[in-house]
Amino acid sequence: MSAPDLLAFASAVAAGDIEVIDLTHTLTPEFPTIVMPPELGQCAPFRMEEVSRYDERGLGWYWNNISMGEHTGTHFDAPVHWISGKDLANNSVDTIPAANFIAPAVVVDISKQSAANADYELTVADVTAWEKQHGRIPPRSWVLLRTDWAKKSGRDYVNMREDGQHTPGPSPEVVRFLVEERDLHGLGTETIGTDAGQAFHFNPPYPAHYYMHGKGRYGLQCLTNLDLLPPTGSVIVAAPLKIRRGSGSPLRVLALVRRA
Amino acid sequence: MTKPLVRPKRKDPLKKTRVPLLPQGVRSRTALGLTAAAAEGRFRLQVCADCAAVIYPPRDACPRCLSARLPFRDVDNRGTLLAETTIRTSTDVYFRERMPWRIGTVQLDAGPSIVAHLHGDLREGERTRLQLKIDKSGQAIAMALPAEDTPNMADDPQWRELTCDPKFRRVLITDGRTAVGQALAEAVSEAGASVVFVGVADPWKPFPGEDRLRKIERVEIVALDLTDTISVNECAGEFAARVDILINTAEYVRTGGIIDRKGLTVAREELEMRYFGLTRLAQAFGPVLRARGADGVNSAAAFVNLLSVYALVNWPAYGAFSATEAACLSAAQSLRAELRQGGVKVLNAFFGPLETEWYQAVPPPKVAPSALARAVVRALQQGQEDVFVGDIAEDVRARLAVDPKALERELGS
Repeated sequence: MSAPDLLAFASAVAAGDIEVIDLTHTLTPEFPTIVMPPELGQCAPFRMEEVSRYDERGLGWYWNNISMGEHTGTHFDAPVHWISGKDLANNSVDTIPAANFIAPAVVVDISKQSAANADYELTVADVTAWEKQHGRIPPRSWVLLRTDWAKKSGRDYVNMREDGQHTPGPSPEVVRFLVEERDLHGLGTETIGTDAGQAFHFNPPYPAHYYMHGKGRYGLQCLTNLDLLPPTGSVIVAAPLKIRRGSGSPLRVLALVRRA
Repeated sequence: MTKPLVRPKRKDPLKKTRVPLLPQGVRSRTALGLTAAAAEGRFRLQVCADCAAVIYPPRDACPRCLSARLPFRDVDNRGTLLAETTIRTSTDVYFRERMPWRIGTVQLDAGPSIVAHLHGDLREGERTRLQLKIDKSGQAIAMALPAEDTPNMADDPQWRELTCDPKFRRVLITDGRTAVGQALAEAVSEAGASVVFVGVADPWKPFPGEDRLRKIERVEIVALDLTDTISVNECAGEFAARVDILINTAEYVRTGGIIDRKGLTVAREELEMRYFGLTRLAQAFGPVLRARGADGVNSAAAFVNLLSVYALVNWPAYGAFSATEAACLSAAQSLRAELRQGGVKVLNAFFGPLETEWYQAVPPPKVAPSALARAVVRALQQGQEDVFVGDIAEDVRARLAVDPKALERELGS
């Protein structure tokens, strides 16, 4: 096999033969973050303080100081984020091999099920049915869970009730299946968290976090535009900030798709 | 009888907003004792510790026995209006645009006679109650009221000049997610506020009391997150010119001292909500409030801070919280001096533990949110600068005046 022609790749991007689809929400102060019980530590929302705006604080320039948590907005979860991945090698955003930030993706669509049931859990049967149609999930692929949740906003997006959040996510069995049988690269979701809203009550609690990070795999959450991706054939570019011992980071997630 | 106030018409947009002017504000250092009494709504005069003479105006030596021991003490405020004068013209620019203005001489039962501003329902020769009030320049003046309450007496123009009555004013409650915020929305609505804007942060997060809050008369929910500069600036951009009284109901109550908190996450949230929240509000709303201090019946009137009484002395069980409250108190003192230039008052309401979730483990007495709300409204109606609500707050206040060090040690044991 001859060396891939990177210039041809760049030309294809420039010409639009390879489309670049932005899977990222804009970072705004209003965007919801995950909510923990109030006596526990909380993830900081995005904040922006103007340093100067062509004014007496800096006549010719505009810039801001920003602050946020590692898990604010569209963000990447590193294995060290979860207790099950705490002792793995290369488990934080600064030590993950850079090549892992580029990987193929498949999109499993459970948007209809999620519309009917906010607590819908992706099952192994859903995945095998998907594979019948689109072929076996290639190893080291991102599995992106399309729920169309990104089309919701505010209260509907978070869907917080008296007994907690109600958003779709994977069942414990399917995460184990994807990690152990399909060697998945990571799971990407449109909701806040790779797990379902009620996953605290699963066994184990937060199975996506537990199994994926326990095996050194990654998470992407608060994604958008998954409805623009084909079921197979896209490539994800998702490189978190290089934060020393960082457990995750907000980032720009790009999907490369060959134009049909 | 006082003519009842009518709800002011919407402002003519072609009219210039009048620049707030202030009455003469210089007093001697000794006379500031009157200001201190007026700030808390007390009637205090100097009483000679040696011969018991009640003294007015404030002096450095007793006119009867020459003693220098002249502490301010609570004094009977009843008296008789001996003579009255209606001033119809003045070269003073503040009073010039408020003519006619009635003043008179009151003979106090306690001894001295005092020149006072007169309530419209008080006539020469009648019995009167004298009150010390803070005027627009932040200094104490005496105001003579009828011996008994009269109908609509709070609507008297000279009285209203000295108070921050919510009636027909537009109020902003900055945080409606809290029990105190909701109680205040209800209280100012009942007190006749013409609009009650209530800020709600994170609208995607449901909160207890929301349905009831939305049903309170004249409540309008606005997006406002005190931890977010952009949100505060946007809210001010939309509503600041229609806010006459701002009541900051932001709260962040957590237990623990300085060592006990692991890391700074909680301390930062606390400061973001309280100290920086106050700073954001002051920067966004302050300039407009200060420019509208003389804008007719519904002029800008007050910026209200709700402060734990442990801002005054640290309670180590809530030690980091107390430190943050102390920062807010210090900021409020600066804010008071800054807003005074526009004739806008800063009211600080101090209270001990509240009957709310974050004080769950604290034994009574605790202050109910509704009681705090009523006390704040009353203090606004009286034009006070400081109010101590509930037994704990009053106790801390009294003991700080006697021996702050002893109180510090007791709270820390």
